[in-house]
Amino acid sequence: MTQIVDATSESKRGRRSDGPLLEVRDLSVTFTRRGEQPFTAVDGVSFDVSPGQTVGLVGESGCGKSVTSLAIMGLLPHRGNRIEGEVLFEGTDLLKLGDREMNDRRGREVGMIFQDPLSSLNPVIPLGVQVAEVLERHKGMSRKSALVVGQEMIEKVGIPDPTRRLKDYPHQLSGGMRQRVLIAIALACEPRLLIADEPTTALDVTIQAQILALLSELVEGSGTALIMITHDLGVVAGLCDEVNVLYGGRIVERAERHALFARPHHPYTNGLLASIPSLESARGDRLTPIPGSVADNLPWTGSCAFAPRCFNAIPICRQTTPELVEDRGRSLRCHNPVGMDE
Amino acid sequence: MLRFVLRRLLQMVGVVIVLSFLLFVWLRSLPGGTVSAILGERATPQTRAALTKALGLDQPIWVQYGSYAKRLLSGDFGVSTGVLPGTDALDIFLTRFPATLELSILAILLAVSAAIPLGYLAARRRATWFDNTSILVSLVGVAVPVFFLAFLLKYYFAIEHNWLPVSGRQSSGVDATRVTGFFVLDGIITQEWDAAWDAFKHLILPAIALATIPFAVIFRITRASVLDVMEEDFVRTARSKGLTQRVIRGRHILRNALLPVVTIIGLQVGGLFAGAVLTETVFNFGGVGETLATAFTLRDYSVLQVIILAAAITYVIVNLLVDIAYAIIDPRIRTR
Repeated sequence: MTQIVDATSESKRGRRSDGPLLEVRDLSVTFTRRGEQPFTAVDGVSFDVSPGQTVGLVGESGCGKSVTSLAIMGLLPHRGNRIEGEVLFEGTDLLKLGDREMNDRRGREVGMIFQDPLSSLNPVIPLGVQVAEVLERHKGMSRKSALVVGQEMIEKVGIPDPTRRLKDYPHQLSGGMRQRVLIAIALACEPRLLIADEPTTALDVTIQAQILALLSELVEGSGTALIMITHDLGVVAGLCDEVNVLYGGRIVERAERHALFARPHHPYTNGLLASIPSLESARGDRLTPIPGSVADNLPWTGSCAFAPRCFNAIPICRQTTPELVEDRGRSLRCHNPVGMDE
Repeated sequence: MLRFVLRRLLQMVGVVIVLSFLLFVWLRSLPGGTVSAILGERATPQTRAALTKALGLDQPIWVQYGSYAKRLLSGDFGVSTGVLPGTDALDIFLTRFPATLELSILAILLAVSAAIPLGYLAARRRATWFDNTSILVSLVGVAVPVFFLAFLLKYYFAIEHNWLPVSGRQSSGVDATRVTGFFVLDGIITQEWDAAWDAFKHLILPAIALATIPFAVIFRITRASVLDVMEEDFVRTARSKGLTQRVIRGRHILRNALLPVVTIIGLQVGGLFAGAVLTETVFNFGGVGETLATAFTLRDYSVLQVIILAAAITYVIVNLLVDIAYAIIDPRIRTR
């Protein structure tokens, strides 16, 4: 893999203030479809991301992690939803920005990588143009010089024969290569925040590892902050500094990576970790799934949303909504946590 | 690309040969027939037999087709027996084809240039009054029969208000020089501007009548296709790059949305011919469509064969152009 030599990383570090780069405060997203019950997909989520830090948002499908990222990017449709709270990017609330101002920041300050690298690239436009257009837009480059930088980017993400690839179309590349192109696009303008929404879900396991290695390499080299959205705890273990576990639109547990893996306190986190098949387990051992699935409408009112599926639930779990309580650098939303016996 | 075009042209030759045979057999299997059409019902068996023999219609169908094909190769398309008896069928076709071509080109241009922008706008303003009104108008466009619409247009704009000419291709008082047979083009070439303008005015009403159905279909397909593409992941990617609306719409949405539209335009060109038969008859336009109707009633085999073969060839050529356009727009087709 290519060695990352990033001239701007120094200046970026110079700009780095002490505070976090991104502060998400009480973010809520409610979908209001006419004739349907309003549905709160994200419910009061708060977290920080500092420059150079990788923060994971983890949870099952439907837990609100993708909606959170789209809300940060301002990519949710205007109609049919209500977004509340604050998304402070260096103190500026992105949610209050006008369309035009937000559009100026997308791709330049904040880049995003999506889940399905085939459908996320335009099938009828050469890859070179797809990388170059973001540079043309934000750096005021001509097509020609944007293609030169684009080629450097494509080389940087480890795609062989970049000159030829510039003229290729998405269908001519393998899945892993396409995801590399998406990464090149997202990083072309050297954004200070990168959001990766399930970047490895659609890829083979071996390719997954390569893409993750590439991401961490690029992020570490440049001081870029990274929000990693995934359902895959393996990805979290390899990459994230801090992990937020989401359930039913709320953060249920937040901890530093090692602490979380060593000692999960929330029964849901515990269940997620226990459900990972292990090579050490004996043959014939059953996997340990968490029963049920995320409820459609979130019953956080008057009870814990996870209680119906929780092996550790006690009566109070069905009577009071647990609050997110911070204690010694970890946060937990649980009436009856596990592994607290120290 | 060149090989692709050559291969398609070869295929086209095959299509035309097969079609010419099917057409030949099919026309001769129709009830009635040339002999009855020429002699009428009261002819004696003797005269019928004599004419049948003179026209070569007593031979087995294979033999008839063989001699027909042989004559075709030497450029002889036969002689008209009904439309203009004794005249060369190809000449009849060639003098009338420019009228139809002129009309069809204007009609399809009208349809495309109105349908694509409107379809795109309707999609972007989905579920607004603009969208709903356009859908209603396009539904009416498909539902109203062409000849009825042609009559309505003619009655209102030509007869009631006298804004546009009632029928024909050129007013009788206009002295125009003929060069190509395309009247508007002739007027431009010879710089007889009044003649060109007069010919154009004759084209407007029939072209509108002929354009309605293609317009409605292309409009609906454009709208649906744009709606589809707007939901695509790559459009979300484009937005995540902070691209301007203009680039997102033009480069990312419209270009992908045009693929099915191009296909449907090709298919609609085929349908234009059917519409031309009706429109030209209503407006006495003197084109191939009108001739086709006459030739059919008179069982004028030679004329019918020329016209239908030409229509088929046009159709095949248009669809070849569609395929080429497709390959230009969509790289996935090119590499196949």
